[in-house]
Amino acid sequence: MTIPAPKSGRTFFLRPQDLIGIIVLAILLLVVLPLALDNFRLQFVGKYLTYAFVALGLVLCWGYAGILSLGQGVFFGLGGYCMAMYLKLEASSVENTKIQSTPGIPDFMDWNQITSLPWFWEPFRSFGFTTLAVVVVPALFALILGYALFKRRVGGVYFAIITQALAAIMTILIVGQQGYTGGINGITDLRSLHGWDIRTDSAKTILYFVCVGLLLGCILLAYYVKSSKLGRILVAMRDKEDRVRFSGYDVSSFKIFVFCLAASLSAIGGAMFTLQVGFMSPSFVGIVPSIEMVIYTAVGGRLSILGAIYGTLLVNWAKTSFSESFPELWLFGLGGLFIAVVLIFPNGLAGLWQSYVAPRLGPLFGGAAKRRAAPPSASPPASGPVAPAAAE
Amino acid sequence: MNAGVITDSMNRDFVLAVEGLTVSFDGFKAVNDLSFYVDENEIRVIIGPNGAGKTTVLDLICGRTRATTGSIRFKERELTKMKEHEIVRAGVGRKFQNPSIYEDLTVFENLEISYPKGRTVVGALTFRRDGPVKERVQEIAETIFLADQLDQRAEYLSHGQKQWLEIGMLLIQDPELLMLDEPVAGMSVSERKKTAELLNTIIKNRSVIVIEHDMKFVEDIAHKVTVLHQGKILSEGSMAKVQADPKVIEVYLGH
Repeated sequence: MTIPAPKSGRTFFLRPQDLIGIIVLAILLLVVLPLALDNFRLQFVGKYLTYAFVALGLVLCWGYAGILSLGQGVFFGLGGYCMAMYLKLEASSVENTKIQSTPGIPDFMDWNQITSLPWFWEPFRSFGFTTLAVVVVPALFALILGYALFKRRVGGVYFAIITQALAAIMTILIVGQQGYTGGINGITDLRSLHGWDIRTDSAKTILYFVCVGLLLGCILLAYYVKSSKLGRILVAMRDKEDRVRFSGYDVSSFKIFVFCLAASLSAIGGAMFTLQVGFMSPSFVGIVPSIEMVIYTAVGGRLSILGAIYGTLLVNWAKTSFSESFPELWLFGLGGLFIAVVLIFPNGLAGLWQSYVAPRLGPLFGGAAKRRAAPPSASPPASGPVAPAAAE
Repeated sequence: MNAGVITDSMNRDFVLAVEGLTVSFDGFKAVNDLSFYVDENEIRVIIGPNGAGKTTVLDLICGRTRATTGSIRFKERELTKMKEHEIVRAGVGRKFQNPSIYEDLTVFENLEISYPKGRTVVGALTFRRDGPVKERVQEIAETIFLADQLDQRAEYLSHGQKQWLEIGMLLIQDPELLMLDEPVAGMSVSERKKTAELLNTIIKNRSVIVIEHDMKFVEDIAHKVTVLHQGKILSEGSMAKVQADPKVIEVYLGH
């Protein structure tokens, strides 16, 4: 991945090749896939794309800033649960739940002998609050965590371990507090959004396009952050944290910012997951999904915004296809893939693209691609995906 | 600048006043009850054998290491209580011993990050690469002999060029106190000469503390030399005075 060289005339934050990349992705997701796939398969792609939000956050947080979080599932889950709480409340109208001993509260609460709606569920009756909460709650959580850790200069492997522990704690908490969270089953039987039935095929198709639209918006946001001076400070921090600190920057505030941003992006993905798949459960919060999300990013290329999206799509597609035929082998395949990425192509598919494909496409894109065409100077330092974290 | 200087009992003006500075690492006193004063526009060179505590003194001034006791006052502000980035913003710049630059970024971007604007999260997100920024980067790049390398990734610079780039990164901050840790270490003879020239142009209107082993170089630039030994000041004064000091000859120059 090249770091954009200072083009003196550049005022727009996208380079020509980035713009082409985004347009290609948009055409693929908005035109090609909807035409080529049946509804059932398209819904799968929609589900995969919700993980792409997480991968996008990881590119900024891990790829650019060198902060490896193994707990992004927590933020995905927080976003997903916020949305699920709203949908569940709507599905639990007094009329729908009249057979319960306490009508008007979610069914799992009734099963757990809870007789009134807990206070923290109350605000989720409002759709406005819910949309805000999807973005803000995970960001606040990341802020508290980031403040506690980054101000104390906890980084690298230690940070990764703590976030992983957090993912485990969160799962245990959700499973344990069955009456408030729906426990191991999660929050299920979600029906409508503001009166609009989300279970129909047409609703799912619309939600797919909403998801793609949001993803493209988030991609643009990520490109903006990357191309701003903040993006370059993140790269500088990953490389020489002390130099940044002794250039007058409060390093921890930049880390907190990017960690919160990644959390919010993951949460948007989580909320879209709930809407499209129709439930949310602790199995998307824990260690395993969190690490899988890191693998998507690594396979796609942790330094490439678009690469991470393709990585997520491909790994998930492979997961679905393989686990249909060889369910036991999939985890080995995933592990093997991760090892291959670390050992053979540390910059993922995006790295392969830039070293082998882009140079051949050079004439098509003119000068823009030529700069990428010199592999030795364009490739980042030859280190495995975990190196930036480990090197701190 | 006169408003901000510290005056001692003899009514002399100091930019930096270090008094009774001690730092102990598990009982080992790397710097032991150290006091020294740096005048406005003075070039102070700190010399001393390995392990004398030279780099630790710079670490203490810039906040990288916290003092156990003692005070460091810079223009009437107590640095020992401040965070690293606050010390930098107060006007203290520090160059590390090994060239500390951002290898993945271009020379231009290295200098731009050091430009003292947009240092907060919001500031960095809204920072614009406007005319004054480009001019300043260009101006600094010319001073540090890298004007034709602005688009080059910093990892492809030679060792000497990397040292210059880091000096440039400090220069663009325009610090009132500049601290350089072995700026000519590992340089070729011609690079060394160019660096001495560079230092002579950049030290104008600021105070400089330099750690250096190269005696020829020290003689060329120093106004005053402080000799450290085992965390304490062994001798202080002009180069000639220090060189003639029998204590210095014994522990350091005589080796």
